[in-house]
Amino acid sequence: MIPESYKYFESVSERSIADMESWQDAGNLIAGIYCIYAPGELIRAAGIVPVGLCGKKEAPIAHAEKVLPSTLCPLIKSSYGYAASDTCPFFDVSDFVVGETTCDGKKKMYEFLGRLKPLYLMHLPYDQETEGARAFWESELKRFSDFLHKQSGVAPTAQRLANQIRIHNLMRREMKEVVTLAADPRSHLNSLQIMTILETKSFVVDLEGYAGKLTELRIELEEMVNRTPVPQGPIPCRVLLTGCPVGKGCDKVVQLIEEAGAAVVCMENCTGMKSILTPVEENGDPFRSIVDRYLNIPCSCMTPNSKRMDSIRSLARDFRVQGVIDMTWQFCHTYNIESEIIEQEVQETLELPFLHLETDYSSSDTEQLRTRIEAFLEIASKEYAYGPTMN
Amino acid sequence: MSKRFAGIDIGSRTIELVVVDDGAEIVESFQADTGFDPMTQARKLVDRVAYDQIMATGYGRSLFEVSFDALTVTEIKAHARGARAFFPDAQTVLDIGGQDSKAIAMFESGKVKKFEMNDRCAAGTGKFLEIMARTLGFTIDDFGQEALLAEKDLNISSMCTVFAESEVTSLIAKGNDRREIARGLHISVARRAASMINRVSSGGDVVFTGGVANNPCIRTLLRDNLGCNILLPENPQFVGALGAALLAGE
Repeated sequence: MIPESYKYFESVSERSIADMESWQDAGNLIAGIYCIYAPGELIRAAGIVPVGLCGKKEAPIAHAEKVLPSTLCPLIKSSYGYAASDTCPFFDVSDFVVGETTCDGKKKMYEFLGRLKPLYLMHLPYDQETEGARAFWESELKRFSDFLHKQSGVAPTAQRLANQIRIHNLMRREMKEVVTLAADPRSHLNSLQIMTILETKSFVVDLEGYAGKLTELRIELEEMVNRTPVPQGPIPCRVLLTGCPVGKGCDKVVQLIEEAGAAVVCMENCTGMKSILTPVEENGDPFRSIVDRYLNIPCSCMTPNSKRMDSIRSLARDFRVQGVIDMTWQFCHTYNIESEIIEQEVQETLELPFLHLETDYSSSDTEQLRTRIEAFLEIASKEYAYGPTMN
Repeated sequence: MSKRFAGIDIGSRTIELVVVDDGAEIVESFQADTGFDPMTQARKLVDRVAYDQIMATGYGRSLFEVSFDALTVTEIKAHARGARAFFPDAQTVLDIGGQDSKAIAMFESGKVKKFEMNDRCAAGTGKFLEIMARTLGFTIDDFGQEALLAEKDLNISSMCTVFAESEVTSLIAKGNDRREIARGLHISVARRAASMINRVSSGGDVVFTGGVANNPCIRTLLRDNLGCNILLPENPQFVGALGAALLAGE
């Protein structure tokens, strides 16, 4: 039985476009964003609503390849293709678009995207430790803050920022609770439904109201889990998915894992836990807290990126997973290279089986992927009954 | 009568069926082309034998599972199990079939530890060798033997079937000996297979399964490249089906 309050999340993205339009009709601005490096707190503190832009389906890739080389990752091609073919309603409704220099492919793609829509490009450092990198990132966020202020006429004051930090942290906390409860076999939510819930956070005008919806779902899931008897016998193999972003339209690996009888109980990637795991510090200077929090995102565009492994380690433990699958998009050099590092760590320190799958948005390798996933599960699934210490 | 267990390997090019008795001895084995209607082909084979339990592997396993109410196992586990039947101490298996190649490492117990598989294209597989043999006017059965007779090595850089074909065409046009071109193609397949093995295994002898294991040139090149023995089971193309049959009985 699907929880009643899950239904709201199924229709968020459809309803969202109407919400965005009425927000805009009231004289407000919308920022189109692609990446979790864009700080929602800062954008909203300037009275602007951020919305996630499309880039997860194969259909617009052919359009992008008129301009971009085919040897780019599908996410970059799809994002650009959606914009160039005018098929993303959220791109259409955006007043401007925010890009980041996360990788070479993206930063060069934005040169083309900037011809279609006003583009604000945030420059990222590529390390998280040096003084210079931090200072540079702080200056970049200051520049972004000034840009936002100029666009909307609303200054993202310390007080407004602190309020947004509080709301975003609340949303993160509730989302983390929901995902944790949803991963319990008694919750009746599958991997794709968990993914659907996670995706909705990018399409929200009223974030506080949205956090309230998460609270409703969390309470219902808690009740469901508490009244459902503990499952007898083995439960589906629990997989942690890491790597590149995954969403509706490019979720074939999640589907194949489900079809093979296992469950993606936790996604570590940036469409999953990466954006909700770490809150922004609520005590102290709000702007500096945002600088620190966003600099520490464990993305493969940073070197070294040891925080990603820290995150995988703690998630693997919290979600009691039996194996780790690293899914990367073809031509995503940083994640593809990093896979070897993650493999060694997962096998040596977590002592869990590991599988790296490199693929793209097409379905041409579905059967090869199925064989790999099934063979991986043959290795991973030991008898795994419902344990007493499971949340 | 003792119990009988069947294993069927429905691959991209051929289907193999093996029946073992409860002493794990092979009783019967059959092979057919997969063609465009694998379930009809599988039905023809299955109708020829009697068994208590059947397990399917290979690309057609999910289709077979539904049509025949069978158990299934991946080719990875099936080849690992089948290879162990011939070489009980083996810890590394290389399987090169029609459109797949895979390297498998096992624990001492025989349980699969790690594997590598080629991606979607046919580079470095049986299909690649088949097309190249045809381009050079050899039969697939003689291809490896002829390549061994080459007097020197030619370097073929393309691994993609389409690109390699045009590279071969230009080598023919330059007047190169076709045996040398054949050897060059074999070298590129062996190099690719060796790098897959090196990713999963830290040494030790390699059991070579799948149809391409019948090719003596690939075996020789692999032995030289890896510096280990290449162990050849009897009828290497039946190893997956045998593994499935044995797993059906376990």
